[in-house]
Amino acid sequence: MFDPRPIKLTVNGRAIEAVVDSRMNLADFLRRDLKLTGTHLGCEHGVCGACTILVDGASARGCLMLAVQADGHAITTIEGVASADGTLHRVQEALSRHHGLQCGYCTPGVVMTLLELDQDREGRALSEDEIREALSGNLCRCTGYQGIVDAAMELFGSQHSSQT
Amino acid sequence: MKAPAFTYHAPTQLKDALQLLADLPNARVLAGGQSLMPMLNLRVAGPDHLIDLGHIEELKALQSVEGGVLTGSMCTQRRVERSPEVGEICPLLRDAIRHVGHQQTRNRGTIGGSVSHLDPGAELPVAAAALNATITIASLRGERIVPFSDFAQGYLTSCLEPDEIVKQILWPKAPKGAGTAFLEFNRRPADFAVVSVATQIVLEDDGTIAQSSLALGGVQGAPLVLDISGLSGARTVHEGFGEDLLRGLDCDGDELYPAEFRLEIASVLIGRALSKALAQARSVAHV
Ligand code: FES
Ligand code: FES
Repeated sequence: MFDPRPIKLTVNGRAIEAVVDSRMNLADFLRRDLKLTGTHLGCEHGVCGACTILVDGASARGCLMLAVQADGHAITTIEGVASADGTLHRVQEALSRHHGLQCGYCTPGVVMTLLELDQDREGRALSEDEIREALSGNLCRCTGYQGIVDAAMELFGSQHSSQT
Repeated sequence: MKAPAFTYHAPTQLKDALQLLADLPNARVLAGGQSLMPMLNLRVAGPDHLIDLGHIEELKALQSVEGGVLTGSMCTQRRVERSPEVGEICPLLRDAIRHVGHQQTRNRGTIGGSVSHLDPGAELPVAAAALNATITIASLRGERIVPFSDFAQGYLTSCLEPDEIVKQILWPKAPKGAGTAFLEFNRRPADFAVVSVATQIVLEDDGTIAQSSLALGGVQGAPLVLDISGLSGARTVHEGFGEDLLRGLDCDGDELYPAEFRLEIASVLIGRALSKALAQARSVAHV
């Protein structure tokens, strides 16, 4: 059964019109229809955070949203984070510098979570506990998290993490 | 996996949603999707029709009213979490919501969705039980208002008829001098709770306990309200109170967390939650 729905949305600032099958989740739509394969799918049931994207600036699980639910909204994916000339965002820079990624599967989701954290903290310095809590919705099977936490501490932390 | 095929409906008026729900066979309503979407993706749910409530503005209200805080069923958890008013009027709701899922799920997860779904690992039903929140249920047949104690019937089971949805929830205002606590045990912060405890204590002017209520999650199918009225008149909670309270209680268990383990955790959490709520009530009352 095909249940086609027309949708209009913006993705990384670009206006998109598409017709989607209602059962298709947003992450699949981004990957398959828009070829934005930076958003990953790990578990497809809301646990791992690999599919994290921003919907009107707020983080969301791309696997727990239907593409039709994105109708009328502004989506940001990892492809929209670095500048057009390829210069990395400072969150990406910091993750790279601190070895906050190895295989990179979780990284797009981690970056989206950190972008939202930066917005929400409104310039306030965060404790390591707050940073770890914010990152608790993103599973990483490679780094052991220390590099990710170190990067976030450098950017938003009240002091540098002591365990480097 | 991917969700099975269904026909999607996006009504903008509550009455249209109720009409669809009454007319369509094997239909389900979609609130924030943070529980239903995993169930669809895992194919443990397979509705023929999905009625998305996300376009119905009247269900998104968050307002303070005479009796407390009124949350429309489609009000997001994140909005409640960020509302300073909620913390003042209904501190237990604020305490509980901080434990709900991850920020990424609270941004979309709704109050009504979590309360109706009644997952034993969810926090909001436990807070609703401790406070006996008032649920307004709507269908084409009209509205009815039920206390949470009648609403929750068991594991993932509410008193909702197939043509009904939760319209709004009234979270009662904490009386003056109230202290609250919400504690839970899980293996990673923000995971589903294995066991959770919600409590609210109100002190007399002389510092003794006037009223108290307590609910447990993860012990039975539905949140369990325990009678702790025996604490009235006391100034402290004695060592071993939780253990005494739970003696002989029926408790569900699984391979990972057997019943004895859950009960032991529950008794420890009860003691901690009561001391925390008591200390908080004291610091507010300066007694
Ligand atoms: S793929 Fe969405 S949370 Fe794992
Ligand atoms: S870098 Fe491999 S999962 Fe995080």
